[in-house]
Amino acid sequence: MTINPEVNEINKEYEYGWSNPERYAVKAPKGLRRDVVEMISRAKDEPQWMLDFRLKALDIFYSKPMPTWGADLSGLNLDEIYYYIKPEGANARSWDDVPDDVKQTFERLGIPEAERAALAGVGAQYESEMVYHNLKEEWEKLGVVFLSIEDGLKEYPELFREHFATIVPPEDNKFAAINSAVWSGGSFVYVPKGVKVDIPLQTYFRINAESSGQFERTLIIIDEGAQAHYIEGCTAPAYSSDSFHSGVIEIVVKEGARFRYSTIQNWSHNVYNLVTQRAAVYAGGVMEWVDGNLGSKVTMKYPACYLLEEGARGEVLSIAMAGRGQHQDAGAKIVHFAPNTSGTIVSKSISKDSGRSSYRGLVKIYEGARGSQTNVECDALLLDDEARTDTYPYIEIEEKDARVGHEATVSKINDEQILYLQSRGLSEDEAAGLIVRGFIEPIAKELPLEYAVELNRLIELEMEGSVG
Amino acid sequence: MTHQLEIRNLHATVGDTEILKGINLIVPRGELHAIMGPNGNGKSTLAKVIVGDPEYTVTQGEVLVDGQNILEMEPDERARLGVFLAFQYPVEIPGVTIANFLRLAMQARKAEGEEVSFTEFYGKLQSALKTLEWDESIVERYLNAGFSGGEKKRNEILQMLMLEPNYIIMDETDSGLDVDALKIVARGVNSMRGPSLGGLIITHYQRLLDYIVPDKVHIIVNGKVVQTGGPELAKKLDSEGYDWVKELATA
Ligand SMILES: Nc1ncnc2c1ncn2[C@@H]1O[C@H](COP(=O)(O)OP(=O)(O)OP(=O)(O)O)[C@@H](O)[C@H]1O
Ligand SMILES: [Mg+2]
Repeated sequence: MTINPEVNEINKEYEYGWSNPERYAVKAPKGLRRDVVEMISRAKDEPQWMLDFRLKALDIFYSKPMPTWGADLSGLNLDEIYYYIKPEGANARSWDDVPDDVKQTFERLGIPEAERAALAGVGAQYESEMVYHNLKEEWEKLGVVFLSIEDGLKEYPELFREHFATIVPPEDNKFAAINSAVWSGGSFVYVPKGVKVDIPLQTYFRINAESSGQFERTLIIIDEGAQAHYIEGCTAPAYSSDSFHSGVIEIVVKEGARFRYSTIQNWSHNVYNLVTQRAAVYAGGVMEWVDGNLGSKVTMKYPACYLLEEGARGEVLSIAMAGRGQHQDAGAKIVHFAPNTSGTIVSKSISKDSGRSSYRGLVKIYEGARGSQTNVECDALLLDDEARTDTYPYIEIEEKDARVGHEATVSKINDEQILYLQSRGLSEDEAAGLIVRGFIEPIAKELPLEYAVELNRLIELEMEGSVG
Repeated sequence: MTHQLEIRNLHATVGDTEILKGINLIVPRGELHAIMGPNGNGKSTLAKVIVGDPEYTVTQGEVLVDGQNILEMEPDERARLGVFLAFQYPVEIPGVTIANFLRLAMQARKAEGEEVSFTEFYGKLQSALKTLEWDESIVERYLNAGFSGGEKKRNEILQMLMLEPNYIIMDETDSGLDVDALKIVARGVNSMRGPSLGGLIITHYQRLLDYIVPDKVHIIVNGKVVQTGGPELAKKLDSEGYDWVKELATA
């Protein structure tokens, strides 16, 4: 396991920066090309419609310009990326069948222990493929499905095709088009009517090879009156050349169902993380995104709730932390299509050194969505004078009988707070850490305890030596 | 070692303005001294300089805690030596529960490798809450966030009871308290009184000193101690006001 010395500087506190030697069953040549797309489809032994879909998406990708409205993407060279790497021994059901070095990787990341702990199921993706997916038997018996996306397509072709790419079509944006062309890995989840999975499902994503991309595709269907919570975590080695992660997450929350999707994104600081996450929410359903963005070089991510039927509700809680050289362009999108739908957006960002965090959010209320309402609260905390934060709220209201509330605050860590805590015996660093933890508490408390602890720990690592 | 808080010829400035102009005071452990004086004459400044507020620059003098000069120390080191200020305006720290904060503050006083045990923490907390007639649910609230003026003051005393300082400085803890709360707070302070506790009680009113009877009273005007006396001095101020002391200051 090696760490590249050049990026040691920017990744000096990144504890997941080691990598394994590369041993792969398939590694496609660099660049986003038609033959690579065909190779992926062949490797997965896909039906013709999926290959056609991929190739159409590739054309859409070629026809769309790079977005220029968000973070600076000029450093991302799409021709230098490996789009498909299949590790040896992909898609095991038993932990014993996972190859040793991959197994060790996930053991170092604490994944098998996590499974033994309070989780309903665990998945692990290494490079382009899921290497492991397992659901506890009690949930399987109730008809819950938790598979790699590839197995989902094979085992539930109709359910898959009914929903796939209906929520995020390839035309949506350039990165959704890339993903649609080269997607590989990700989860397929189905929770049957009325089944309440009361402990989380978790998937862990790991990029190992240099200059590689990960394009997982996740499709989750929560049937009427069902409930579930899905958690994803991600890390990568600290290379000097950039890596690229562009996932597409599609979620269907049917009538009266309730679903929460939580992310703790801790990519190394050389990863471009451009993700499209969207949920379609039906009558009386509730969708909650809890989004923690700590790692990556650039993140552009705006989890969305499309409130399609009466009484649907969407919530986005996000935390972003931007340190030196990082830009977190994160936010949310809530679109009201139906009457009496409601939304909440709470966004909290922390910026330090030359880090930059932006809140970018859209709230749209279509005509006819009477009695609908969304409240937006975004709070930014700056730890020093070099740090930067911006807010880009877009609000479009076509309906008279609807309301959008927007509150934004920017604060600096306050000297009086530091003195107060220090006068009780806490060191300056501890005091600053505690203030930051308090700042994100409204979101951390929504996470299961172990994840809240992990989030706080990661923030403390980033905070070390940041005041003074 | 002399067990006392000693302030020697202390001068302090904020920007170009000198606020403390040579304060001299000695408070042995076992004694509580009242500090009185008109508004804007340096009482809070003295308190904050003692705890190490970086806002103020000490230009001359010393502050000795049990014989050790603390002026070069960080505020947290001073706290660990047993100095505690109940602030005139306690700040709000949203998102941090009182319980969590108290535990961290107690932990900060422990030697490396030593943990605050649950029984130690919970036992102390129970008895402090009882003294202050406060329901346990208060410790799940965020530190001072949305607290009333009186609740903030009571919370300062809660921290004081939990952290068991050697020297307390109370900056107008009585202002904003109703009569009942005043008695409760006084009871909290009196419960700590004893041969190992010294302190300064900054106040404008005799009514606090009816409950916490000071060993001495000092009057600060224009950044200097202009008069020192016994408890009767505070009573005199209560009936006659500050005009006569202001004359002392200019004399
Ligand atoms: N940080 C500061 N910046 C500017 N001026 C200050 C600062 N702190 C104190 N002062 C000034 O110093 C003087 C003394 O203030 P201080 O707060 O010590 O008075 P005090 O005696 O505690 O008054 P009060 O009885 O009203 O509480 C005042 O004129 C005040 O405006
Ligand atoms: Mg004052």
